[in-house]
Amino acid sequence: MRRYIDFYLASMKISILEQIQYSVANYFYMIGMVTEPVIYLVVWTTIAKQQGGMAGGYTAGAFAAYYIIWTLVRNMNIVFTPYGWEWRIREGRLSMELMRPIHPIHGDVAFFAGWKFVVILLWLPIAAILSWIFKPTFEIRWMEVIVFFLAIWGAYLIRTMLLSLLGMITFWTTRVSAIFELYFGFELILSGRLVPMTLMPDWVQSLSNFLPFKWTFFFPIEAVVGNMTDAQLWSGIGMQVLWIASGVLLLNLIWNFAVKQYSAVGG
Amino acid sequence: MTAAISVSKLSKHYKVPEREGGMKAAVASLFNRKYRTVKAVDDISFSIGPGEVVGFLGPNGAGKTTTLKVLSGLLHPTSGAVNVLGFEPYKRPHAYLRQVALVMGNRNQLSWDLPAIDSFELQRAIYGIPVPEFKSTRDDFIDLLDLKDLVNKPVRNLSLGERMKMEIVGALLHRPKVLFLDEPTIGLDVTMQRRIRTFIKEYNQRWGATVLLTSHYMADVEALCKRVIVIHHGHSLFDGELSKLVTQFSSYKTLGITLPNPEINLSRYGEVLSRDGARVNLRVPKDKTSQVTANLLSDLQVDDLTVEDTPIDDVIDSVFTSTEELK
Repeated sequence: MRRYIDFYLASMKISILEQIQYSVANYFYMIGMVTEPVIYLVVWTTIAKQQGGMAGGYTAGAFAAYYIIWTLVRNMNIVFTPYGWEWRIREGRLSMELMRPIHPIHGDVAFFAGWKFVVILLWLPIAAILSWIFKPTFEIRWMEVIVFFLAIWGAYLIRTMLLSLLGMITFWTTRVSAIFELYFGFELILSGRLVPMTLMPDWVQSLSNFLPFKWTFFFPIEAVVGNMTDAQLWSGIGMQVLWIASGVLLLNLIWNFAVKQYSAVGG
Repeated sequence: MTAAISVSKLSKHYKVPEREGGMKAAVASLFNRKYRTVKAVDDISFSIGPGEVVGFLGPNGAGKTTTLKVLSGLLHPTSGAVNVLGFEPYKRPHAYLRQVALVMGNRNQLSWDLPAIDSFELQRAIYGIPVPEFKSTRDDFIDLLDLKDLVNKPVRNLSLGERMKMEIVGALLHRPKVLFLDEPTIGLDVTMQRRIRTFIKEYNQRWGATVLLTSHYMADVEALCKRVIVIHHGHSLFDGELSKLVTQFSSYKTLGITLPNPEINLSRYGEVLSRDGARVNLRVPKDKTSQVTANLLSDLQVDDLTVEDTPIDDVIDSVFTSTEELK
């Protein structure tokens, strides 16, 4: 365990040092990323205003709060992508990682976890500017803050497991970008990334309860901007733990088969 | 003495899709995909003792890198048994991975944007190396490879040779007992090649590490390996001392003679390989070397004469050529 902690700290440090090297590039990347929620925010604020100040139970200020927190959750949700898996398997880059006495997934989790610390720092001024423009309304309790903090890391881990499983398809067949796109389509609709889940039809909301997506976007955002009871907040964390555990189990199971397919091409 | 590496009847076959060129064949392959089995390694066996440095030779596509990948645990063998330090590599237990290193000349594991010294710290954490041991090994290697002024520069600002030296340091910080080196000097200039060879030799002598090396530069092999294994088309052609390879596969010697009149016709003594001013190189059958030498000395005025084995590159080339002709 001590060795893993040491590895995580060392790997996160490397990641932070690397991101600091590219802080300007990171900033432009984040500004680009903000475009997506700002478009959603403008659309929904306009709809809310046209409907007498509210749409689907959200005021313009509530939408602003949702999408500003969205920007942080989205950044926390950035993980090693299936495209990255495709690249590392197809190009044989995985070879060096397989030669280490530590599972490559630990390297991915640690590296991107380190990246988050830089991202959070860079996010603060962006959030301040968005808040100044869109005037979000928050009513935050301490319990919500605690759960939110846990939930964004939970979301990060769930998404790491999901996208790693998806990326591992490349062990069997290269060039699986089309499957990835299909996945991202589902995720967009069923996670709360496009619109808050409460604005979706009932059947979509019911369906999302049985899938992992909403625990990576909607739940962390709603934990801090919604009106969830303590019981709902902690059961949400429980659902995240369940999905993380399922992901770890599935990943271990599939990994054992997948790595046998590895042909270490390209070096 | 227990072998550090033991390979018995190892085969690694790949099933690769193939089709003819053109649109018709492309469409047909959607419905009826054809596969071909490629025998990258086919039934090879060898054993390497602890501390031995062995050269693994063969032309491109011979199966050298595939064998190294099986030995290091990256690939599962199709059949046969492989044992390295008492482990079955393909299972990749952590205890095994902590004792081996695979260095590929065309691969890097150090962070491109950071000074190598930062990446070394990550290597320490990956292998769980105790801090005092890590510092002593790192500083030792930095001294040996003369890297003091370079370890604090971002890796991207280093030359290819400097980067390769850093990669080798990073790969050996955990002091592996077995080293798999795949073209470690590829693309490097002569001075840098020599530097890396000296370092590998030093590492082998100091830590008693077993080294299996592939290289297209025969200078690497001659400087480091007493023993070589030659493979071609996945089969082992020769396994023994490098000097015996020359004896077994070279039936010629090269006579270098310096003459006051180099324009003289020498074809009756042997095949003229080259002429450079007063110096002429002649290729003569090995069993006739003494007789031709005696004839040259008695028939002509010779200023200087040397007898040399055929260069190792030419011997290896003749091994591969002769096996191609036998196919």
